[in-house]
Amino acid sequence: MKKVLLAVVGTVVLAAAALVYTVAARPSPAEPAKVEHLSLAPGQLFFRSTKTGNVGVVPLANPGAAPKFSDLKCDRFAVSGTTGMCLAVRPGTLPAVSDFSVLDRNLNTTHKDYLPGTPSRARVSPDGKRVYWTLFVTGDSYAATGFSTRAGVYQLDNGELEKTIEELPVLVDGKRYFSSDVNYWGITFAKDGKRFFSTLGSKGKTYLIEGDYDTYRGKALRENVECPSLSPDETRIAFKKKVGEGVWRLSVLDLKTMRETALAETRSVDDQALWQDDHTILYGLENAVWSVPADGSGAPRKLVDEAASPAVTS
Amino acid sequence: MYIATSRSSDVAAGTERKAGLRRVSANVVALGAVSLVTDISSEMVTAVLPLYLVLGLGLNPLQFGLLDGLYAGATAVVRVLGGHLADRWRRLKAVAGFGYGLSAVCKLGLVAAGSSVAAIGVVLAADRTGKGLRTAPRDALISLSSEPDTLGRSFGVHRAMDTVGAFLGPLVAMAVLALSLGSYTSVFFTSFCIAAIAVMLLVLFVRDHKQDIADRAAVSVRAAFGLLRDRGFRRVAVWAALLGFVTLGDSFVYLVLQRRWDVAATFFPLLPLGTAGIYLVLAVPLGKLADRIGRWPVFLGGHVALVAALIALCGPVSGFWLAALALGLHGVFYAATDGVLMAAAGPLVPADLRATGLAVVQTGQAAARMLSSVLFGLAWTLWDLQPAVLAAAGALAVVALGAAFARPVRK
Repeated sequence: MKKVLLAVVGTVVLAAAALVYTVAARPSPAEPAKVEHLSLAPGQLFFRSTKTGNVGVVPLANPGAAPKFSDLKCDRFAVSGTTGMCLAVRPGTLPAVSDFSVLDRNLNTTHKDYLPGTPSRARVSPDGKRVYWTLFVTGDSYAATGFSTRAGVYQLDNGELEKTIEELPVLVDGKRYFSSDVNYWGITFAKDGKRFFSTLGSKGKTYLIEGDYDTYRGKALRENVECPSLSPDETRIAFKKKVGEGVWRLSVLDLKTMRETALAETRSVDDQALWQDDHTILYGLENAVWSVPADGSGAPRKLVDEAASPAVTS
Repeated sequence: MYIATSRSSDVAAGTERKAGLRRVSANVVALGAVSLVTDISSEMVTAVLPLYLVLGLGLNPLQFGLLDGLYAGATAVVRVLGGHLADRWRRLKAVAGFGYGLSAVCKLGLVAAGSSVAAIGVVLAADRTGKGLRTAPRDALISLSSEPDTLGRSFGVHRAMDTVGAFLGPLVAMAVLALSLGSYTSVFFTSFCIAAIAVMLLVLFVRDHKQDIADRAAVSVRAAFGLLRDRGFRRVAVWAALLGFVTLGDSFVYLVLQRRWDVAATFFPLLPLGTAGIYLVLAVPLGKLADRIGRWPVFLGGHVALVAALIALCGPVSGFWLAALALGLHGVFYAATDGVLMAAAGPLVPADLRATGLAVVQTGQAAARMLSSVLFGLAWTLWDLQPAVLAAAGALAVVALGAAFARPVRK
């Protein structure tokens, strides 16, 4: 009887401790000092504050200026023209569910939907008619299959949602490629709204896939190209090149000569690069947004601290 | 066989049925409760760990995979050590308790490790070490606390309780995440508190199996190796390892299921609940069946169920009900093999070497399974998923047939 009493008391004490800790851990909502109304006017550098999760902005010409913050919170943020895209994981969902929102020029939501997984990449097409993303999808404890990625596309004009482009028929070395372990990550569209690039991962290899979204066909151009990002003049692709397990070198591929140029950033970058213009590449690294010349010259320059997920309006 | 079956069913119809749960020793129920509570704690962590590492700490999935795979191997070796030390010191409860305690403290270690990947690696390794240390002494305690002819039922009760914990773990994790608005450290801390409750239950309610200490000298490393010289025991260990070698891992089963059935990603994590549910329901009945008709036939029957599940998954016909059937058969496989093997192997090992013996069988099986998943991965790469699964099913059927003829366990 004494033992039972001891067990009950012990259980109650431990359960209470867990409850107190859990309630106390509720994040005291870290908010920026002041939130303002932001709009997608040209010449701005948007980013996600790594401190609060809010979308912030600085003038592209003077990124050292004090940032302004919106009340919008995102894990990944992207813009193109007057279209914005916000990808945010729902807190406390297991398995994780993410909301994606399409935003207008005043960052008001015009469309919202949800997807399984946690945010990895988000982009808006140059014509502003499509938003696309990559999500990590996890099993829970029961199925320790590790991670897979899912890349999908939403079309603003007709509301068509393609949750994953895994079914895209692709040619590798001229032959139709079939495999059950196909994963895609990192999509980038050309201005015509049809041509796109992405990374296909399968059986331990990664391929740069060039596809046509209208005819829905794709072919592999090259191996070891991850998270492609097409330059504004559409002649080059910035990407992360795997140089070791979990180590990537930011590089640029010339689509005409197929020559690769390693960029001056020597640290490992795990991000989908963003072209600020035809000469400069932006990326997130170590809780900051950096820029580096696209031709391999120069040196990385820190633009904004406590920031990730850069996006520029031009 | 026929006579034996009818005789024991007579018994079942009479006194045995009335006795019900009371036939399972209080110690087994106490150990089951400890496992139940511990599994809530550990499954909470397992459920959020990938998200924590990748989202919270920014590890890429590949690093996570390496981290995860590396320490799975460590368990196998430590298991034999735990079993041997428990036998050697005649302290089954103490060694098991140390393992449970170590894993509990590791939950706090996860909070303390913060964002250091190296520290998290060390903590996870220690956690797995705790799990490895406690498994064999615990199974030995279950085995020594039961009548030899109801071992199957005892392990069935224990494994069913264990599975209830595995069910509840992710639910508790979800509740904590919702209540704390996504604080992973709250999940770890709560997990620690729950693990501490389990250790307390163990200390208060589990009785150690004390024997005469006169023959203490008998348990040496040599005696442990000597076990493998015993023909009956060696045959069980070898056949269990051989079967483990041709057994397709869970993750692959779910992957095939997902591909074939086109399961939405949101529901994918629910698939294993199907397996666990069937396991939970059938663990006790199949354990009792094993006591009645023999443990080896039930153990092999489980493998036949897995063969059937794989064929259902990869055969020419597909459909919802076929997928459900496969999931059910996968659950039958677990219910008919996991605890039943321990019940089968237990009586072949002298009481003072029980933990060591069970650890050797488990380790052989685990090592074979690990090797097999590497080879299966290779076959998958070479032939694609479906042919590889069918080949695995074929190999399993052949080895199971061999094991049926060999019949290393007479009971």
